[in-house]
Amino acid sequence: MNRPLSALDRPNSYIGRSVSRPNAKRLLAGRGRYVTDLVLPRMLHAAFLRSPYAHARIVAIDVDAARAMPGVRLVATGADLAKLCKPWTGTLDHFKGMTSVPQLPLPLEEVLWAGQAVVAVVADSRAEAEDAVEAIVIEFEELPAVVDIDLARAPGADRAAAGLENNLCFHSRLDTGGIDTIFADAAHVVEEEFHFGRHTAVTLEPRAIVADYDCSEGRLTVHHATQTPYQFQDLYSRHYGIPEARVRVIAPDIGGSFGMKLHVYHEDMAVVGLSMLTGRPVKFVADRVESFVSDIHARDHRVRARMALDDAGTILAMDVEDVTAIGPFSTYPRTSAVEGNQVIRLIGAPYRMRNYRAELSVVFQNKVQTSQYRAVGHPIACAVTERLLDMAAAKVGLDPAAIRERNLIPDDAYPCESPTGFRFEALSHQQCLARLKTMMGYERLRDEQATLRARGIHRGIGIATFVEISNPSPAFYGIGGARISAQDGAIVKVTPSGEVRCLISVTEQGQGTETIIGQIVADQLGIPCERVQVVTGDTEVTPHGGATWACRGAGIGGETALQAARRLRANILALAATILQAKPEALTLQDGIVVDAVTGAERISLAEIARIAYFRSDTLPPDASAQLSVAHHYAPQGYPFAFTNGIQGCHVELDVETGFVKILKHWVVEDCGRIINPLLVDEQMRGGVVQGLGAAFFEECLYNDGGQLTNGSLADYLVPMACEMPDIEIGHVETPTADTVLGAKGCGEAGTAAASAAALNAVNDALAPFGTSIAQIPMTPARLLKALGRI
Amino acid sequence: MPALALRLQAPERLIDIAHIPDLRGIDLRDGWLRLGALTRHAEAHDHPLIAAHAPLLALAAPHVAHPAIRNRGTLGGSVALADPASEFPAMMLAMGAEMEIAGLQGTRRVPADEFFQDLYQTALEPGELLVALHVPAAGPQHRCAFDEIARRRGDYALVGCGVMLTAPAREVESARIAFFSVGPTPIRALAAEAALTGRRLDGEAIRLAQAALSQDLDPPDDEQVPAAMRLHLARVLIGRLLGRIAEGP
Repeated sequence: MNRPLSALDRPNSYIGRSVSRPNAKRLLAGRGRYVTDLVLPRMLHAAFLRSPYAHARIVAIDVDAARAMPGVRLVATGADLAKLCKPWTGTLDHFKGMTSVPQLPLPLEEVLWAGQAVVAVVADSRAEAEDAVEAIVIEFEELPAVVDIDLARAPGADRAAAGLENNLCFHSRLDTGGIDTIFADAAHVVEEEFHFGRHTAVTLEPRAIVADYDCSEGRLTVHHATQTPYQFQDLYSRHYGIPEARVRVIAPDIGGSFGMKLHVYHEDMAVVGLSMLTGRPVKFVADRVESFVSDIHARDHRVRARMALDDAGTILAMDVEDVTAIGPFSTYPRTSAVEGNQVIRLIGAPYRMRNYRAELSVVFQNKVQTSQYRAVGHPIACAVTERLLDMAAAKVGLDPAAIRERNLIPDDAYPCESPTGFRFEALSHQQCLARLKTMMGYERLRDEQATLRARGIHRGIGIATFVEISNPSPAFYGIGGARISAQDGAIVKVTPSGEVRCLISVTEQGQGTETIIGQIVADQLGIPCERVQVVTGDTEVTPHGGATWACRGAGIGGETALQAARRLRANILALAATILQAKPEALTLQDGIVVDAVTGAERISLAEIARIAYFRSDTLPPDASAQLSVAHHYAPQGYPFAFTNGIQGCHVELDVETGFVKILKHWVVEDCGRIINPLLVDEQMRGGVVQGLGAAFFEECLYNDGGQLTNGSLADYLVPMACEMPDIEIGHVETPTADTVLGAKGCGEAGTAAASAAALNAVNDALAPFGTSIAQIPMTPARLLKALGRI
Repeated sequence: MPALALRLQAPERLIDIAHIPDLRGIDLRDGWLRLGALTRHAEAHDHPLIAAHAPLLALAAPHVAHPAIRNRGTLGGSVALADPASEFPAMMLAMGAEMEIAGLQGTRRVPADEFFQDLYQTALEPGELLVALHVPAAGPQHRCAFDEIARRRGDYALVGCGVMLTAPAREVESARIAFFSVGPTPIRALAAEAALTGRRLDGEAIRLAQAALSQDLDPPDDEQVPAAMRLHLARVLIGRLLGRIAEGP
């Protein structure tokens, strides 16, 4: 087979190539080192007594019996830790009018949700600490729990926390004007009330932390399963009054994060104080039950939305009211308002609609705090838009694909701006839709659906277009006063044997960040991938940076690595030119060897250059500068966000007798800009889709009227498992961003963004012959049987 | 084990019975299959004697949790715990098995119909140990079917059922039907059995058996799975199982 040579045929051409993860072998061999594995000399273990009430006043705490238990070294209350730790408040300045009550590691007078840590025990072993927790006696006075979003907003409602004027955390309105008139005059209006269940991340590795305060030097080292070591270095420093330079945060191997491990948790803050009080390392690893009642939850939105269309099926306007329930306070430091804010700003984003009105209410409740989790707000915005569009298609008499073809922003209409103020550089909705229809065999599936319906087999086809926000600039957090970096930094250096190390501020939680950074560095330098080692996750080692969240790893981290590697390459070639008495521009690097740029003839190896630079600098001319380490920072400066886009398709079969849905197949066509590693992009898509299908069919944190989580175990909270998941086929369209040399935009959230919306549309398509519908996820068998009138 | 992990139980002593040879072994004798209490779930899945003479166990085994658990879990453990949502206790009921119980006063045999008494309550007295399960060996005159409706493969079912019909010819001579996940214990569907007995297994008989379930089952009501839903699913399930038997192998 002869095919034309492409850029990928160039030696060391790794950008765009499926390279398997170098760390996968180590992790599969059981050689991963997670915080849980860490054993330090003199290390103690913490366990927490947790509130049995969703809302209560602490009347009295008796810890005497616990202090006398075997192995117990310290029993600490809120008052003990409040002497060390400054309180935190989860608001951002650019969310006008936002309010929240200050938080301490452990409460002084009031518990705000069932499961909140109240008293800490530090003992020689976790088992001894847990035994002692059972010996603590607390007298609580139960207070009314706020658990319903409508009652919470009623006049005179009980408040979720003392100190709140009412239960409204944040309120926001968008209005382009004239909406009521447009709806009054529209040929078609569709409307629906959507319910999106609360769910949580359920990482394989739970939250884990070892804090090690060395009082001799006033130095704090925290081994922390987190995505954002620099953010926590800053927080531990400021809240515990330790100079930043004496706080080190190390994030070793991490078993999944999905946004959940970048928030401040009370236990984590407490553990730092416990180490300071005991002068010994203190470890806390959340068990699964603790994870359910203390990891952030997400979603929990009720959206009332309507869409106006003209008689040809062109969207004229949307009108949206989103009420979202958060915890009893706003999460620190990124708040609990970002999800709702993204919902109301992303609705309608793929379409040419110009008129829009939205109202967002973020409401306090006595439940676990909510905050950013994979694809923040996207699945809600996507489901609302895409379901209304399917309802409109039925009303107008168009096929779902056709109504999208009519309304999508054309690929040649960019750059443009959404009615909510997002500026899009270049998206590819039309190409993606066309590609999806081909991959699905869309027309054939519709024919098959009709044939099977006649035989009593009810299949449904759903599609959902999405826009994903990635690579946020300082406009996201920095402008609001949070010390969360929008830039990243890398040090790239040649070792004496001619290998390359890249120390970079973006982090790895299993998605392959280190792999793509290694690919980019090797590609740009012209050396084999195997000779690049990437080091992440240690504030003492890597430059300061925002780390990995909001799909920053490839777009911002990748560009940082690329620019750093280019500077190092220039230094290497300049030094090689000096040694070879040649001109740098006449040389290039290939497979770790400096070669003649024209003939490819080998001139000198990188190892030899390094040997000379490090050990025989005496042989270099006096003006030669051997700079074989480069430190470089990069911050996005063009568009405030790099938007990505794509479309998903879902094919399901509904058992109308049982209400069970079999997901037959799922398709994704995505445009993440430049693809660095197709294998890893596909993995991100599949993983994201599975999380989205989990939300669509399985996952939901259920609370009773008293504010108790009733399904906080892996037997009761259903995560999607392999047997229920379909084959997921993935296609790519590449529209690189012109804001960077690399052109990558990010791909971590695209799968989750639209999977539940595509599934919702597919199930409703299957339900259509029965004249019924569903507008709530997860779509459980009970809800589907009710919709079908079977129970 | 989960109860220990959750600190719900804190017994002073735990006795490891895993290495008592008398609790192992599978033999066929005098028309009865004797299964040692330590017979693994995985053996129920694979063992040729079980496949031939206790086919309901073999059909149920793949639905019990996951392979790692099936390699460790034992039939005796499952039956003695008597989790009302478990497959094996209900299959003991469907097969008309007898439990061999050893105590200081010797051994006794208790029929499955008397063994499961209430939620996690069995005929086992303090100081007694379940040592073996005796199953009447099925033969060519028996027709059986098993299935369950679970949210995910390996989960506790919303409802599950084992059916064992004695039907040497066209008519059902006798029937044993046991449900799980529908009440505090595994439950025999006596009215449904009666509806089938002496009848040819056709659409009408199946409808009668489905209708009879409202006399047999009174499932618990919870927010996630309303009682009406469990009863509805039980009807769907029994209909499908009997239909499967009627269609033949």
